Amino acid sequence: MKLITAIIKPFKLDDVRVALTEQGIHGLTVTEVKGFGRQKGHTELYRGAEYVIDFLPKLKIEIAVAESSVDQVIEVISRSANTGKIGDGKIFISSIEQVIRIRTGETGEEAL
Amino acid sequence: MFNNYKKTLFLSTFLLVPSLVSADELSGGDTAWILTSTALVLFMTIPGLSLFYAGLVRSKNALSVLMQCFTITCVASVMWLILGYSMSFSNGGSMNEWMGGFSNLFLSEVTREGMSGTIPESIFAMFQMTFAIITPALVIGGFAERMKFSAMIWFTILWSIVVYYPVCHWVWGGGWLGDKGTLDFAGGLVVHITAGVGALVAAVVLGKRSGFPGTMMPPHNMTMTVTGAGMLWVGWFGFNGGSALAANGDAAMAILVTHISAAIASLSWMICEWIKYGKPSVLGIVTGMVAGLGSITPASGFVGPMGAIVIGLTAGIVCFTVTNYMKRILHIDDSLDVFPVHGIGGIIGTLLVAVFVSSQFGGAGLAEGMTIGSQFVVQLTAVVATIVWTIIASFIILKITDLICGNRVNDENERIGLDITQHEEKGYDL
Repeated sequence: MKLITAIIKPFKLDDVRVALTEQGIHGLTVTEVKGFGRQKGHTELYRGAEYVIDFLPKLKIEIAVAESSVDQVIEVISRSANTGKIGDGKIFISSIEQVIRIRTGETGEEAL
Repeated sequence: MFNNYKKTLFLSTFLLVPSLVSADELSGGDTAWILTSTALVLFMTIPGLSLFYAGLVRSKNALSVLMQCFTITCVASVMWLILGYSMSFSNGGSMNEWMGGFSNLFLSEVTREGMSGTIPESIFAMFQMTFAIITPALVIGGFAERMKFSAMIWFTILWSIVVYYPVCHWVWGGGWLGDKGTLDFAGGLVVHITAGVGALVAAVVLGKRSGFPGTMMPPHNMTMTVTGAGMLWVGWFGFNGGSALAANGDAAMAILVTHISAAIASLSWMICEWIKYGKPSVLGIVTGMVAGLGSITPASGFVGPMGAIVIGLTAGIVCFTVTNYMKRILHIDDSLDVFPVHGIGGIIGTLLVAVFVSSQFGGAGLAEGMTIGSQFVVQLTAVVATIVWTIIASFIILKITDLICGNRVNDENERIGLDITQHEEKGYDL
């Protein structure tokens, strides 16, 4: 099982969600985050006082999937979150040791 | 306020009677307008200035600014009742050139029948009270986000007694500046220069907010600021128009030139910013508006539309330049830019009125025996005297308030914010 963590542009969330649903991928967690990579922030100017805003608002989505779905999910997110412009974000893949569904106590891929 | 000297001249020239003869006849029209203007000027402080200022600070201090404006409204009103009106507008006897007397403490001589010109004295006292409220309220922009609430109250009390009431008496209450023929229609000297200079002194004495200028301190709610700015513009019609103390041509022209100056200064600030920084900002256009309104204030009843155009244009460009200079070069943390906007604006208007009061520029005309040059000297004397007095008095007052209770909150409280540490409340619970 893998945890797919993607940092995306906030306005791309709906596109990503719809694309994942179309592919039969259900269940994701969204968190509002701030950060920066290669994309620079912007400046704000108030009566001559200039502030550089380094951290830009982004969304972090987390999806736990079976090994077999990993490539499909990566492909869907890469396609649907892509604008072709700098700052589109990144996808991180990490292993999951165990998953437990709280209601039933199911474990492993059964719980996904 | 129209200048007593000028009013007398006007009346004796055109009505051929001394002004005092007609003084007791109540004019319903005049009274109705000053009643209205009084409400408009109070509206400038609560909620106009309160919102304008509160939007400019960080969210952790928004409530403290609203609280300070509201408290000053109450404190300055009580002070005006107890001794402010008397010290400003009653006769000071042998000291009358310098200060008013104490014969009218607790408004003891203000009666239902008493008159001030063609309006009841009660509404004159009340109208003037709203000026005594907004002036110390303007000052809080200089020390926003770091002054103790208790120190702010002490400062308001002492500053009103030592700066506002005397300068008000000098200019409008029969003091030495009025006697010299100083022109200050609605408070360039009395309100804007005293407030601007007082704020600058407070900013320097209290020191910078911790982190200034490196840390980000952007306005937390620009929408609130623009809302407040709109209220200020509207309220200013009462401030300047009401200062004619009559519903007449002076009042009407005052409102016309006030509006023109506000519009031109807004645009000129916006264009300066657009050229210098590449973007026309919302904060820029509304700050230009305040600069234009402050600048036209002393000139409003005296100049015509041509004067208003020049004063507005000058206000936008000069106040923009000084604001940037103070912030980027001098690094003085006059947090909400009270001095570069109100102080400099007041100086611009008080000096330029000497030129544009002249009838050749569409003004009401110079007083008899005055030239533009001689009037300019009178105006310059008044500006310098007001600035010097305000600097010295404000400095000493801040030293006294520091001894009484300490001026600044400690570093930790400043970091947490004044809303929680001074009032145990939050402006927002989102």
